[in-house]
Amino acid sequence: MQHRKTIQTFAQKALARAAGLDEVQVGQVIDARPDIVLSHDNTAAIRKIWLEFEQERVLIPERLAITLDHAVPAPTTRHAQNHAEIRNFVREQGIAHFWDVGRGICHQVLSEEAIVLPGQLILGADSHTPHIGWMGAFGAGIGRSEVAALWATGELWLRVPHTIRIELSGDLPPGVTAKDFALRILGDIGADGGLYMMIEFAGDGMRSMSLESRMVLPNMMAEAGAKSAYVEPDAAVFDYLAQRLVKRGAYSCVDDARAVLEDQALYPDEDAEYTSVHHYDATELEPYIACPHSVDNVVPLSAVGTVPVQQAFLGTCTNGRIEDLAAAVEVIQGKRIADGTRFLVIPASSEVLQEAMRLGYIQTLTEAGAIIGVPGCGPCMGNHMGIPAPGETIISSANRNFRGRMGTPESDIYLASPAVVAASAVAGYISDPREVAT
Amino acid sequence: MMVLQGRAWKYGDNVNTDVIFPGKYTYTASGREEIASHALEDLDPSFVAHVQPGDIIVAGKNWGCGSSREQAATCLAYNGVSAMIAESFGRIFYRNALNNGLLAIVSPQAALAINAGEIVGVDLHNHTITCQAGEFSFPPLSESILRIVDAGGLVPYVKQRLSA
Repeated sequence: MQHRKTIQTFAQKALARAAGLDEVQVGQVIDARPDIVLSHDNTAAIRKIWLEFEQERVLIPERLAITLDHAVPAPTTRHAQNHAEIRNFVREQGIAHFWDVGRGICHQVLSEEAIVLPGQLILGADSHTPHIGWMGAFGAGIGRSEVAALWATGELWLRVPHTIRIELSGDLPPGVTAKDFALRILGDIGADGGLYMMIEFAGDGMRSMSLESRMVLPNMMAEAGAKSAYVEPDAAVFDYLAQRLVKRGAYSCVDDARAVLEDQALYPDEDAEYTSVHHYDATELEPYIACPHSVDNVVPLSAVGTVPVQQAFLGTCTNGRIEDLAAAVEVIQGKRIADGTRFLVIPASSEVLQEAMRLGYIQTLTEAGAIIGVPGCGPCMGNHMGIPAPGETIISSANRNFRGRMGTPESDIYLASPAVVAASAVAGYISDPREVAT
Repeated sequence: MMVLQGRAWKYGDNVNTDVIFPGKYTYTASGREEIASHALEDLDPSFVAHVQPGDIIVAGKNWGCGSSREQAATCLAYNGVSAMIAESFGRIFYRNALNNGLLAIVSPQAALAINAGEIVGVDLHNHTITCQAGEFSFPPLSESILRIVDAGGLVPYVKQRLSA
């Protein structure tokens, strides 16, 4: 008798593959074997845990990916010592997928280097590991002990999540971005609206979005508590990754790489079961702001009122890419940053920085008075390079505005799209780029 | 440790890991004492001075949302917190807690009913929570999680597996 598979979500298919099973049910606890295990500046702390297992070598060194990005370049001797311990570990274990200080933020670098592929599973000691869902991979954040366990055994328990589906139709209006869409969703479903869940994105509005914009959505769904998020991969994704696979020598020809990517990609079945399905019309969206101190405290930009800002921050894994810098350049061209406001721009990777230099963006931004930082996460979690003073207000393109997030509990953080951040830097208070531009 | 008893510390909804353990210490603080000293620094500065071994944290929805930093769980365990009862947990924080032998129990009814400062009992065998408002049951942990908790956390569990 022929075995008939049940109708499955993306999460079921991806986790079945990662567990080496034919199919899995929602709620089932499986032992998954991830394709990539990510860590960053926390690698030295993970190594200390791993040493308790008394192994000489990590089990599968080629599955480790390590990026130094959270406090780079080292702000203190203690941070420098941390980085030095990680470099020693990388040498001693022969870790090939290692990127040192300055290469960029882990999620951006793994995307640029095509280290993770559609349909694969990546587990990372970073809560924004769902970011990789932009290409149709399953990414989930885990803890440090869990990464140590994966280095030692190659597998970890995961519960197959329920799935929420979000469909976007139509094109975003000018001045409205994927970040605004993400903020709108967070405002609607709340900071626990996706707790323990997979969130699938689909619809013609997603397909017409640039790849850089698509990255914003799974990244931000971590803020709804989601375990992972997924965007259906299409030709644009396969082209981007195929070229990069060839560039790093994994394949000799783009067509071969593309064929493998298409073959590996996973899609939910048409009648898959969802906890809820949300439809959004892109043409009805507008710029949104997340107000202090939670990511779901979202209001339309038009309702924010006059909020003076002492620092505007453009960067992070959420919005530090070339299209984000381009949006800022468009707003800022020929203008000056307001007196009393600092405009901090930190490209998400060295590739973004180089492209921004080639396009003249860095020149334009610095002429207007912006400060350029080393590619990395910078001040997002209060580590260094642009942390605010008590009493200051920040407008940021990042993904979190928790109290104390940027170092002091006595600052207010507002989250917005890159264009709103740039417009606010020019005006000195939270502003609509469509008004500053005129 | 089938029956736990402790005094309740009560917190609200969507409390994130940045206020449980600030990000600025994540790559420098090491050692139990230093990690423990920053617990709830930006949420409840009185916590570290007054917490007693065995105390229980009771919280609302999405307790421990945000960052994956494991110190958010270990800083509570290192202060002697024996269990957490919440309406729901941030998912990485939930894993981190259990992986460090800190019990994380989902019970919306108990989380709402328990008042700050009262004595709360947790019976792991019968899956019940006892407090002034009465007795509440909670769903048993899955077998895979129980194996980890029984071993005293993920690291001892993996050690057992590797030596088996």
